[in-house]
Amino acid sequence: MSIWWTMLACGMVTFVIRLSFIAAEGRLTFPRWFRTLLPFVPVAALTALVIPELLMPQGALWLSLNNARLVAGLVAIAIAVQTRSVLWTLVGGFTMLALLNGGVPPLTIADSLNPHVLR
Amino acid sequence: MNNAASAFQEFRAGVFALAPLLVGVIPFGMIYGALALANGLSPAAALAMSSILFAGSAQFLFCQLLGVGAPATVIIAEVGLLNLRHALYSAALAPRIAHLPRHWKLALAYLLTDEAFAAISQRESAGEAGSQRHWFYLGAGLALWGGWQLSTAAGVMLGARLPAHWSLDFALPLTFIAIVAPLIRNRAMLATAAVSGGVALLAAGFPFKLGLLAAALAGIAAGWWVAEARR
Repeated sequence: MSIWWTMLACGMVTFVIRLSFIAAEGRLTFPRWFRTLLPFVPVAALTALVIPELLMPQGALWLSLNNARLVAGLVAIAIAVQTRSVLWTLVGGFTMLALLNGGVPPLTIADSLNPHVLR
Repeated sequence: MNNAASAFQEFRAGVFALAPLLVGVIPFGMIYGALALANGLSPAAALAMSSILFAGSAQFLFCQLLGVGAPATVIIAEVGLLNLRHALYSAALAPRIAHLPRHWKLALAYLLTDEAFAAISQRESAGEAGSQRHWFYLGAGLALWGGWQLSTAAGVMLGARLPAHWSLDFALPLTFIAIVAPLIRNRAMLATAAVSGGVALLAAGFPFKLGLLAAALAGIAAGWWVAEARR
């Protein structure tokens, strides 16, 4: 049961964050420092998720052109900067990864979902 | 043009604006469904979380933290910090929907995600928004919501049978690369990204993925510092 309570609490926190400024508009103002820091939050949070996925695909730093996720990720970054298109970024990144992984024998996803193997 | 017709056109435009993002969202949702089961969530809980939390990266994090036995307080704190970025989206949307009745505000707040916001800001920066623009927001939000629920359900049903060589989990970094790249428009944002990414690598060994929290906070501080120094 406690998983459900944790989930509900996470849902409430998320909803309150999403509602915050929408509900407060015209009623209360947020401190200036908060408004100054806010623009950096998406880039900070999302980059912290992305970089280890590219550079530590097996859980340890792997700086090499043999690291298919790193190469495909760099290609995706280049496409995203050039085109600003989500679609082309996804298509380019997935295509690049598939090309680089061409010779890898198929595993079942159960192997890669093992938290000790993946990330 | 009457309001009902333009409302419908706006709604449809919102759905179409979001559609390309579903290329990333669908594999992302499927892998989430499989990941949730692999980390001990029941199928019902895995599906419910997609409605209750409705935040892909936070749902991933939730499952991973559950898998390593993190306490509830840690899970809630990290999900909260990760989702704090939505406050920015809320701030951007607030003045544009201030005139709407409360049920609209609640619905649009619930549907406010990275993807919906990306579709909305692209449209607004093209200067195409009219008086029925909230229907565009609703269309984009609901399109993502529907795609997320369906792909999550597919992931829960297929579970461990999804072939790993499809690398569906790569949809997560790719989607975020596509969302973050256009945001990096100045040195301060670049500093945020560089420091956040660097700290994320250095702190990858922290228990319960607390390195993510450290990285985000360091990145925010770095961006603020660069912005202040140039002022």
